Parts: sequence; C-alpha cells; structure tokens
Amino acid sequence: MEPGLFFFWLFSAVVVVGAVGVVVMRQPIHSALFLLLSFLGVACLYVQARAELVAAVQVLVYAGGVMVLFLYTIMLVNVKRQRTERYLHRQAVPALGFGFLFLVVVGGVVVNEARALAGKAPAADPAALATTVLGSETVLGNTQAVGWVLYRDYLLPFEIASLFLLVAMIGAVVLGKRTMERFD
Amino acid sequence: MALPFPLSDLLVILPELILSELALGILLWAAVVKRERERALAWASLASLAIAAALLPVAASFAGELPRSAFGGMIALDGFSIFFKALTLLAAAVTILFSLRFVGTSPYPGGEYYALLLLTTVGMMFMASGTHLVSIYVALELMALSQYVLAGYFKQEAKSVEAAAKYFVLGAFSSGVLLYGLSLVYGATGTLSLAGVSSALEAAPRSTLLMVGVVLVACGMLFKIASAPFHVWAPDVYEGAPTPVSAFFAVGPKLAAYAIFARVFFDGFGPRSDDWAPVLAASAALTMVVGNVGALMQTNVKRLLGYSSIGHAGYALLGLLAYRAGGAAGQPEAFGLWAILFYLTAYLLMTFGAFGLVVLLEAKGYATESVDDFNGLWKRNPLAAGAMVVFLLSLAGIPPTAGFVGKYLLFSAALKAGWPALVVLGVLMSAVSLFYYFRIVRAMYLVDGEGEVRWREEPAVAVAVGLCFAGTLAFGVLPQPLIALAKSCLLP
Repeated sequence: MEPGLFFFWLFSAVVVVGAVGVVVMRQPIHSALFLLLSFLGVACLYVQARAELVAAVQVLVYAGGVMVLFLYTIMLVNVKRQRTERYLHRQAVPALGFGFLFLVVVGGVVVNEARALAGKAPAADPAALATTVLGSETVLGNTQAVGWVLYRDYLLPFEIASLFLLVAMIGAVVLGKRTMERFD
Repeated sequence: MALPFPLSDLLVILPELILSELALGILLWAAVVKRERERALAWASLASLAIAAALLPVAASFAGELPRSAFGGMIALDGFSIFFKALTLLAAAVTILFSLRFVGTSPYPGGEYYALLLLTTVGMMFMASGTHLVSIYVALELMALSQYVLAGYFKQEAKSVEAAAKYFVLGAFSSGVLLYGLSLVYGATGTLSLAGVSSALEAAPRSTLLMVGVVLVACGMLFKIASAPFHVWAPDVYEGAPTPVSAFFAVGPKLAAYAIFARVFFDGFGPRSDDWAPVLAASAALTMVVGNVGALMQTNVKRLLGYSSIGHAGYALLGLLAYRAGGAAGQPEAFGLWAILFYLTAYLLMTFGAFGLVVLLEAKGYATESVDDFNGLWKRNPLAAGAMVVFLLSLAGIPPTAGFVGKYLLFSAALKAGWPALVVLGVLMSAVSLFYYFRIVRAMYLVDGEGEVRWREEPAVAVAVGLCFAGTLAFGVLPQPLIALAKSCLLP
C-alpha cells in the first residue's frame, strides 16, 4: 500500500471513530473530546487533499474556537446525566434503520461514482487549485487563491453571510439576556 | 486595483441594501428609545419596508435591461424576483401590523423583534433573486436563522420555546440535507451557478450521483415549504410561536422557498425534470392528503390553519409540476409559474386574513385559540364573522374569492401538463377541506357564545385584515389585472 493511501485510511478511521464516539459517550465532556478528535482527523484529510488553508482554518476555528466554546458551555451548565436515564428509546430502531438505508443508498452511489472515476485523470489537479491566474497576474498558494475567490467571485454571499452572523449575535443576545421589566 | 464588479451592480440590490441598513438603524435606535415609545420602532420598520418597496421599481429601471445578472451571476433581477420581493415585503408589513399589540404589551423588547423581521425579509429578497446555489443557500440561512429567534422570542412561554427548538433542530437538519444534496450536485457537475448546472445536465450522461443529489435537494426544499413527508414540524411551530409570527411563518418563508424551488428546479435542474417530477408528484399527492385529513382532527385554530397550509403547499406543488407543460415555446411553460404567482398572492391574502382574526381574538390564555372560542361570534361582531367566512371560503377554493381563481389556475395548469390524477385528488381534498373550514363557520353562526372570549379593538390589525378582505374579494371577482401582472413579470 502506498503511504498516501495508508494515511488516508488512517485519518478516515480517526474521523469515523471520533464521530461514533460523540454519539455513544454518555458524558457530554467525553463526546466533546471525541468531536475534537474527529475535527483533527478531518483537518489531516484536508492537508492530504492539498487544502492547507482549509486545514488550518479547521484547526483554528473548529478544533480551537468552537471546541473551547463547547467545553466552556459544558462546564458552565454543569450537565449531569442521570444514570437511570435510558440510553436508547423506542425511536432508536427506526432511526437506525433509516440511517443505515441512507448510508447504503448514498454511500453506495458515491463509492460507485468514485470507482468509475478511478482510472481517469482527476477533474481538478490539487496543485493547480492553489495557482490562480487572474488576467495577467498569477497568484500562488492556497491562502491567496481562497482570498481571491472569496472576495471576488463570492463577494455577495460573503456579505450576506456577515448579515447572517449579525443575526446569530442578535439572536443570542435576545434569547440569552434577562427579560426587562415592563414600564418600570 | 480594479473593482471585481461594476458599481452599477449595487443598484440591482439597492432595496436589499437599504432595507438592511434601515434594520441596523432600528436596532441602534432601539438601544436608546424609551420602552413606552417603542411603538415608534414598529412604524419606522413599516416605513423601511415601504421604502424598500418603493426602491424596487427604481432598482429595476436603473439596472438596465431585465433580466439583469449581477455580482458575477450570483443574483439576477427579473420580473419573477421583483414579484416575489414585493410579496415578501407585503408579508412583513402585515406581520408588523399584527405584532403591534402583541409585542407592545409583552415584557419583551420590540427593537430586536422588528430588526429581525426586517433582516429575515432581506434574506427572503435575496432568495428570490438568487441564481447561484451558494447565494441561494446563504440567503436561505439568513432567513431561517432570524425565524428561529422570532419563533422563540417570547421566551418565557414554554410553548414558544418548544416551537423555536423544534423549528431550529428540524430546520438545521433540513439545511444539512439540502447542503449535502448541493455538494453532490457540485461533485457531479463541477459548478454551482444555476445556468452552469443546467448546461452541465444537458451535456452530461445520466448519473445516479446527480439523481441522488437532486432528490436530496428536493427533500431539503420540501422541508422548507412543509410538504409531506417533511411537514411534521409545521403545526407544532405554528401553534407554539406568537400568533403574528405564526402568520408570518405560514406565508413569508413559504413564498421565498417557492421562489428558490422554482428557480433551482427549472433554471438549474430543468433538463432532468423527468427524474425529479415523479418525486414532486408523489410529495404533492401525499401533502394534499396529509394536510387536509390532518386538519379534520384539529380543535386549535392555529394548528388547523397549520395543517391547511400544508394542504395548500400540496396545491402549489401542482403548479411547480405544471411548469414543464409545453416546452421550448416558452409561453405555455410559464403557465404553471404564473398560476403559482397568482395563487401565492391569494394565499398570502387569505392566510393573513384568517390569522389576523385569530390575533384579534383575545382568548383565555396564550395559544389556546380553540375553535370553540369562535362560538357565537356573529352576534358579537358580525363584521368579523363575515370576513372570516370569506377567508375560509377562499381557503377552501369557493367562488367568488381569490382562492378559487388561484386553485382553478393551478389545476388547469396541472391538467395541461398531464397530471389528471393529481388534479382529481386536489379537487377531492378541497371538498374534504370544506368540512374543517366549516367547523369554524358553524361555531360562529350556529353555536351560542360563551362570552369568555373578547374581541380586541385594534385598528392596525383591523386595517390589515380589511386590506386582505378587500384583496381576497377583489381578485376573486376581477382576477384579470393580477393575472396580467403575473404574466408580464414572467415574460420578458
């Protein structure tokens, strides 16, 4: 087995183990730590796909920022699971059935498609993705390429996303703060 | 460095730009305004909506020839999007009129409420003009996130919080399904612009990957318009959310979702309509049955209207299916689409009218607006009872109301497109719907009132309901102007 393939399977296994861990762990803090493991695995996969910037963002934003928030929340709220609480309830069986069906159908289709493409040249060369030619300029590197695309082609969605984040902030404040006394 | 886009592209999104600025202004103003003066914020929000509406034709005339694409094909300004933008602005305005007392007498601040309402409207307007899957998706999320907050805005009401939690979890889940579908479509076609997807579909051979992607996108969209089998959240959310917000949910987001549904499936996935039409047809049939049969068992008016709106989602799906009638000629192709435009306008008027009367109904407690509360209404307020009858007739699709004309247009479009079985089912289900709509009529006219329920004298809501009433009747008796308008919006 060539090393690239070996590491791909290794990182994929890390992602899957992490994801399963999130679901089956009973303590929220353990779930959060498994989520971190899954995030890191995904970051490694990004590096393998030559998407270094996305990998760095994944580590900084998800494994860093989002995880810290999760851990803080869990510690602040101090969730204590009832030991008597049933782990599986009656919805579990149909849910597992549907999930499995979904996995087979969608996973099967994706794997099939990948098999069909296996022999052919890749649609996009990862190395070429990091090189963007804009008019006379050639920019190198992932970061610049993403920057160009984000602030040129995708400027409008980027701005709408900023409004979206503003709404998220307003929402958090509205739902989080104490209710004001009326006409006091 | 050169600008990536011509500055005139900003004119294309002028109404959205100004409306978001005004929303932020209202948010800032809310920080300093005295609590008892908060009503001014509502009027300012109404004025903002009016300004945005006035800017629609301005943007259209400055943008040059329609359809005008902007920001590198991210959005387009055309008659279709202008029509939907006008409708969403109207929906937001009516919601503000409904909310005046609700928010004013609640212990919750008004500024954020109105700002969120305006921002969700901005999201819907961007949805209506999105021609790129990324801009459509981001706009959809902007709309949805504001709505999750609005659903739980009255956060000390257990039901409101429950509604918000359900809406949030299911909305996030459906967005995930939609996004996964979009990623598969991107994987199969290599592009995200609708025009690009369309030409890739024409060129590419049939692929199962693409089909799965399209079906997942359809599932995500069916979630958003509350179609069976993805409708379960709707009655709970409508019941739990504050009534003006429920009214808004029953109309606004659905309008925007229909706009992107039509846009994505015709402009984007159009070449593969043979693949997805059966999926939509199955969902339409199921939706009509589930919505109308489900409504039969409801005793809460908001839940009843929730189920009935599910049924209406099914009728409107018929219009989406009918879009493919005809073909290259263009003219007959648009038939289904302008039937939808007419129907959605009628739906807006009659649904807001019915919900407005529920808002006026001062029931015993929060969210207990049962059918019994309407008992003997005609003795106490014959005008309101009469208006309710008209709205219910329109919802059931009986002349001379706009609901009848809309349904007639939809059904005949579906017939032309070759879906006779669905039309028969639709007519049958309309008959079923008479049963539950007339339970309210019976309560109003034939049962003696208990006197526990008061009617609020509220001029703002009364004016809004009056407008809906006038529109429902006017477009029922004289539908031609609106039909002509819808047609002129679609044909260049």
